[in-house]
Amino acid sequence: MQWLNIILQGVLIGGLYAMFAAGLSLIFGVMRLVNIAHGDLIVLAAYVSLIVTQAMDIDPLVSLLLVVPIMALIGYALQRGLLNRTLGDDLLPPLLVTFGLSIIIQNGLLELFTADSRRLQAGAIEVQAFEVLQGVWIGVLPLIQFAIAVVVIAGLQTLFYRTAVGRAFRATSDDQSVAQLMGLDTRHVFAMAMALSLAVVAIAGIFLAVRTNFDPAIGPARLIFGFEAVIIGGLGSMWGTLAGGIILGVSQAIGAQIDPGWQLLAGHIVFLIILAVRPQGLFPKVTG
Amino acid sequence: MPDLLQVKAIDVFYGDFQALFGVSLSVEAGQIIAVIGANGAGKSTLLKTIAGLMHPRRGEIRFNDLTLTGRPAFDVVNHGIALVPEGRRLFPSLTVEENLLIGGQPRRPGPWTLPRVYDLFPVLAERRHLSAPALSGGQQQMAAIGRALMANPRLLLCDEISLGLAPIVVRDIYMRLPQIAAEGLSLIVVEQDIAQALRAASHVYCLQEGRVALTGATHELTRETISAAYFGV
Repeated sequence: MQWLNIILQGVLIGGLYAMFAAGLSLIFGVMRLVNIAHGDLIVLAAYVSLIVTQAMDIDPLVSLLLVVPIMALIGYALQRGLLNRTLGDDLLPPLLVTFGLSIIIQNGLLELFTADSRRLQAGAIEVQAFEVLQGVWIGVLPLIQFAIAVVVIAGLQTLFYRTAVGRAFRATSDDQSVAQLMGLDTRHVFAMAMALSLAVVAIAGIFLAVRTNFDPAIGPARLIFGFEAVIIGGLGSMWGTLAGGIILGVSQAIGAQIDPGWQLLAGHIVFLIILAVRPQGLFPKVTG
Repeated sequence: MPDLLQVKAIDVFYGDFQALFGVSLSVEAGQIIAVIGANGAGKSTLLKTIAGLMHPRRGEIRFNDLTLTGRPAFDVVNHGIALVPEGRRLFPSLTVEENLLIGGQPRRPGPWTLPRVYDLFPVLAERRHLSAPALSGGQQQMAAIGRALMANPRLLLCDEISLGLAPIVVRDIYMRLPQIAAEGLSLIVVEQDIAQALRAASHVYCLQEGRVALTGATHELTRETISAAYFGV
């Protein structure tokens, strides 16, 4: 029963990891850009939520209504103003520029908010839980977080394969110059993709900040979790990314149970095993 | 009748390499123009430049009394010029129908809709849910033409639509060009298959090493003058 409990908690946190990963995978899929600043943007979203909740005295979950559009706007502007200029045949310039962006965000946050740990307070909901089986408890907040992760993944999947915007994303990913011949301004398409990515980042950032303490330096570790979930699940598959997040979450939970020091290590080891045994990931997108 | 498209003495470069030297060309509404020439004569470059994928360093491109010089490709197609690119270049991760739908993205009003394209190429309707790479070469070419038509262009640019296709398929596709032109649009057809191009077009431009070596109405030109211009001998 104890193990069931542990696995369940791992699955629930896997939803959060999947949200870290979804935005990363979306950007790579559409424009072959590896966003090294992704983790720091998650932390930035947490701080934006901190400001919004304090200034307006609202619940962190309600602040989503503001933080999601704010981050989406930042994403659009970031892409149009900076990242579009780095895209080309070479993968290196966007890598270097987002690496620089990561450093700028970390130090900017440090300057503005100091290195103190912060936390978003969600009130009573944080400790509410219910017993599903005897001895197996599920927290209300982790459950909401997981449900939202599933909705986000399903939403992205639908958007990609059922809407005109998704069609434009896939076409641009296939062939940029022909996409232009279809009347698509690829600079705008890329900016829309980044806006969408940062909208997901906003959700992930707020749930992260309600769950644990955060400070300006924790971004890169979230980036690693995101990368690992994408690779485990297989590039190009949104449901695979959710599965990847869950596998990572469960591995960490089991590792932590064996020895608290093994939590992160267990996740990395499972990731490395999957990378070695099945480098294309568990659920790669079937192309035909 | 005023010209629909006027290309005035354009010079086009790839970096330091000059591909077109003072090329001029004009197309009237409803006209089919053939551009012929050997490999590397600059035919594709000319079409890409008209479509806005490349930009002339000198000269001007006017379309419908509007200057298009320097406008990006996504803007050019919104004004009514669609390109069927060389090698078809369908989007491999989209289905046939999605490829056609994305061609209609500019949302220009006009006769071409999904059902009309399926009428023109019935085989595409049967295969609408397949991914683009699952089609045969000829069907891919039909899809690429259909995709360009979905933009309801006033000028359709066709780059080597016979390339790599069986002669019977090429004939089949060329037979439909008059049907397409009957909707009032003009065509520029770039071909290496001269006989095919001459049958379809009323005017021909022959490019040689980036310059217009010969131009005239197809019925006034003899095989000899054309081959002289083509090979430069």
